[in-house]
Amino acid sequence: MSQRSRVVALAVVVVLCVGGVVAYAVSSRPAPAARTPTSVPSASLAEVEAVPHLVYRSTALGPDFGKVAMSTLADPAGPRAVTADACERVDQRGGTTLCLRSRPGVVLGSSVTAWDRTGHVTYRRNLPGIPSRARLSPDGRLAATTAFVAGDSYLSAGFATRTYVHDLAAGTAVHLEDFALTHEGRRITPVDRNYWGVTFLDDNTFYLTVAFDGRPWLARGSVSKRSVTTVRSGAECPSLSPDGRRVAYKKLQPSSRGWRIAVLDLATGSERLLAETRSVDDQVQWLDDSTVLYGLPLTGERGGETDLWAVPADGAGAPRLLVPQAWSASVVR
Amino acid sequence: MYLADRHRPAPPGAPATRGGRAARAPVARTVILLGLVSLATDISSESAAAVLPLYLTAGLGLSPLAYGLVDGLYSAASVVVRYLGGWLADRLDRPKQVALTGYTVSALARTVLLWLPGAAVVAGVLGVDRLGKGLRTAPRDVLIAASSDPGSLGRSFGVHRALDTTGAMLGPLLAFLALWAVPEDYRLVFVISLAAAVIGVALLALLVPDLRPARAARTADQHTGAAVDVARPTVRMLAEPGFARLVGAAGLLGLLTLSDAFIYLVLQDRNDLAALWFPLLFVGTNLAYLALAVPFGRVADRFGRARVMVVGHLFLVGAYVCASGPVGSLVLGAGCLLLLGAFYASTDGVLAAAAASVVRPEVRGSAIATAQSAVALTRLAAAVVFGWTWTLVGPGRAALLMAALLAVVVPVAWLLLRSAPGPGARR
Repeated sequence: MSQRSRVVALAVVVVLCVGGVVAYAVSSRPAPAARTPTSVPSASLAEVEAVPHLVYRSTALGPDFGKVAMSTLADPAGPRAVTADACERVDQRGGTTLCLRSRPGVVLGSSVTAWDRTGHVTYRRNLPGIPSRARLSPDGRLAATTAFVAGDSYLSAGFATRTYVHDLAAGTAVHLEDFALTHEGRRITPVDRNYWGVTFLDDNTFYLTVAFDGRPWLARGSVSKRSVTTVRSGAECPSLSPDGRRVAYKKLQPSSRGWRIAVLDLATGSERLLAETRSVDDQVQWLDDSTVLYGLPLTGERGGETDLWAVPADGAGAPRLLVPQAWSASVVR
Repeated sequence: MYLADRHRPAPPGAPATRGGRAARAPVARTVILLGLVSLATDISSESAAAVLPLYLTAGLGLSPLAYGLVDGLYSAASVVVRYLGGWLADRLDRPKQVALTGYTVSALARTVLLWLPGAAVVAGVLGVDRLGKGLRTAPRDVLIAASSDPGSLGRSFGVHRALDTTGAMLGPLLAFLALWAVPEDYRLVFVISLAAAVIGVALLALLVPDLRPARAARTADQHTGAAVDVARPTVRMLAEPGFARLVGAAGLLGLLTLSDAFIYLVLQDRNDLAALWFPLLFVGTNLAYLALAVPFGRVADRFGRARVMVVGHLFLVGAYVCASGPVGSLVLGAGCLLLLGAFYASTDGVLAAAAASVVRPEVRGSAIATAQSAVALTRLAAAVVFGWTWTLVGPGRAALLMAALLAVVVPVAWLLLRSAPGPGARR
């Protein structure tokens, strides 16, 4: 092969590769014809907010993708009212709405915003990392957010979580790694500790996941004491029931079969797996004291969309589709 | 940077030119080509690496801890493969073919990533990718050494590392542009990654000459009437005092060298601003590395590569001190990144150049692999020790302690090298 023909061959390879990338990018771009916006019947905000309702991130493809939407508890899959705010995770409690969204760009970050009933923004803060979880305390005074930060691990390319508790009224935020961590009666400070998935009992006590030495633990924390204490191993992204007596979380199954939802009775310590057998990677929410709801991603033609499912919290029954094309729900009664 | 059609190795029998004139000669075409191969390959690996955390959690549901564990495991395994790559390159006297195998293995791994998504597959792909990387590094450095003037080895490695770093910066940029253009479509990033990998392999296969360093050395020996040495490369050929001292010094310094990720951690822990701008930290370091790689390579050619490699660790002392400094100062943070970049520029390529210049051409692959493995292993130990120290005394004081120890060890390493050969090739 002459030098000239080698250069020509290289040029052909480069053109084919670049052309292939461009062709793929064009074909995968959601073309209006191929990925028609899912038509969802709409409702007025005032009507939905007047009755008990669900607040969630709408994942219906189209102009409203990612926006906060609501529908009535009586007909969750029915007409939805869509707001103008886009959030990756949304929570609404005590009249406060918490919104965790990503700030795209080379410096991938996230921002936390909270607003009151009138839509007046009461809190705003930029944080490092990719949005993962966001929860409010029952009265909406405290908020907790978790983001994934790339490269936050000392053995090269691993990545870690950064979880903050925000006092929305005082306008302050505290990084949970600054809290004292107690494990089996001893104060420990493992370098690889990570916190994620906070759920509040009240404006002081919360539950969350702390992981170190490669194992996740369910832990209980106190804002006033600035402390976190491990409770039980193998629980991730806890969520307290409305009565505060049980906690639902995801549990990693052996041999990479994903996560199952489990519910733990905090008084008796008895745990039971729920009837959903598909892998759930979400911080579950309680629809009421006997039902949990969670999001499941869709694939293929509807990749990027998620559906909200509900399953009884006692391990019996079967999962049912609650709200199609939705994610990160909270219940407002 | 000059391009010149001069890809044959300079006859090692030629008098070793010191500094000045050799440094002004154009950079060998093969060095530039190998730099471009690395640029394309780094675009490939870094674009995928930038979105993998997102993809694994959002798309696949692998827990971050599992990912970190898998990654650490592979780092250890790649040391073994790296040595194999260097040894094979020497034994077969075919560095290009060994390097090509490594690059091809990594490119094939990306193909799998594209067609068979899944958490277990990603873990496997990461492993295969690391194998490829381990295999190709030493033979590629052999090619760089073989196609350069012995007197300007440092500059050649500087040019290569500068191009390599450019790719490492472009990769994440392309990935985020792609995700911005077509949100949540990770496959587009993997398509880009595969395309870049294929271009890198094609560039290497088609344009880089199939150099035979050992054979060339023998021919040159015959030409100059020197004793013809047709012996196979053996481990004993590595037993040269200059090389042993170099590896000893590099390993000693490696024991007190933290990866940049660690320094970012210290910065982040003490500085909320640094946490917010975390992804840009490594861009800052890479920019400094990129700008300084060639000048420091020239300095190394002039004043002795091993010496520059040792003294370059003083930049790291500076980076430790400034990472542990007052919280919240932006200027100090930027200074840190600059120092870290200067440290890499004066040590990474320079170490390979130093290793290549103190041994016979027949065992350059093994020599480079040995030196790099020594550094990789001792740094792993440093990471573990620093992890403990951090827990005991906190990040700031731990970094200061490392700085103090390193400041003591640099003169020790200097003394160790004192009688080592100066600039220029072994013969």
